[in-house]
Amino acid sequence: MSVETPGFSLRATPIGTLYRGGEGMWTWVLHRITGVSLFFFLFVHVLDTALVRVSPAAYDEIIATYKTPIVNLLEVGLVGAVLFHAFNGIRIILIDFWAKGPRYQRQMTWGIAAVWLLIMIPGFYFMTIHTIDALFGSTS
Amino acid sequence: MTTTVVAEVLVEPQSNVTPVVMPETPVPVATDVTFRIRRYQPDFDEEPHWVDYTVALYPTDRVLTALEKIKGEQDGSLTFRRSCAHGVCGSDAMRINGRNRLACKTLVKDIDISKPITVEAIKGLPLEKDLVVDMEPFFAAYRQVLPFLMPEGHEPTKERIQSAEERARFDDTTKCILCAACTTSCPVFWTNEQYFGPAAIVAAHRFIFDSRDAGANARLEVLNDKEGVWRCRTTFNCTDACPRGIEITKAIAEVKQALIFRRI
Repeated sequence: MSVETPGFSLRATPIGTLYRGGEGMWTWVLHRITGVSLFFFLFVHVLDTALVRVSPAAYDEIIATYKTPIVNLLEVGLVGAVLFHAFNGIRIILIDFWAKGPRYQRQMTWGIAAVWLLIMIPGFYFMTIHTIDALFGSTS
Repeated sequence: MTTTVVAEVLVEPQSNVTPVVMPETPVPVATDVTFRIRRYQPDFDEEPHWVDYTVALYPTDRVLTALEKIKGEQDGSLTFRRSCAHGVCGSDAMRINGRNRLACKTLVKDIDISKPITVEAIKGLPLEKDLVVDMEPFFAAYRQVLPFLMPEGHEPTKERIQSAEERARFDDTTKCILCAACTTSCPVFWTNEQYFGPAAIVAAHRFIFDSRDAGANARLEVLNDKEGVWRCRTTFNCTDACPRGIEITKAIAEVKQALIFRRI
């Protein structure tokens, strides 16, 4: 840095700021993350389901290890990821093929968010109620 | 109607006319605004770094005014491009508060000045100095889409007739000023410099959908490349960044459809 430069240097790291994209950029990021996550889920899912052909006993054993609160939360995450990926996929199709799609992409994003919450809030309750009962005792 | 009113005022007696009192116009006040500029002087610096500058600005001043004040009054070594300073030449695209904008079209009153305003060079093109990048890869992609009229048949004696409807099809994409704000806002372009980028596709769109032009197939073939329109992931960063308000993602979608359905 030259000596005559007024002001002060904050940091010498090469990191610039994060690009502040809008709904379109962040749904794209989420679409990628959920897509890759779903790929790895399917990979494991195909493996454990195929196991039933090899040894039903081993299959039961593997499935039994899934019956934990953490896997239950992962299941909720899986449903959330599938829902987002599916809805956003429809949004992208509409952007590509519906003449007014690009103009309404922002509204469609918020529509997805609304429908996603509408499904996920009761969904979270019904998917986790058994775990909650098992952990903290049934109220009924 | 206006003339009638004026006539009435003229013939009416002046007795009940109250003298016009000018409302007190608020005097614009210059406030201190801090700019955090990402500086890089290749002769001295190993890496880019942030430097803060404070300048007194009016709400109606532009970011470009601030840069000129800093260069004129505080540090003459600050380097940036600017030519017309009125949003037409497309020289001063830069990243202001994390988004690609033209410095000459961004007013101080439209940005949050409670925090320092970050100003960086546009992303994805080789950084040369401070806010200046090497635009050559950008123009190379532009040239590849054949951005000129390729007419067919005999040259008409007078003009190439076009209806208003035919003109409207590509009106939006004629507005491009090649500032590179769109291309350098594209996440695909940041990581893949082979991608043509939004601006080149906009330039192609302007001629593909022009009824006077006969070179659509040649341009569509260029853009049918692996690094052509199919790289677009519809993030809409380009549409948001365009200082001319071009619906870029829509234009790219139209080119994609022309390729899929082989129909212009």
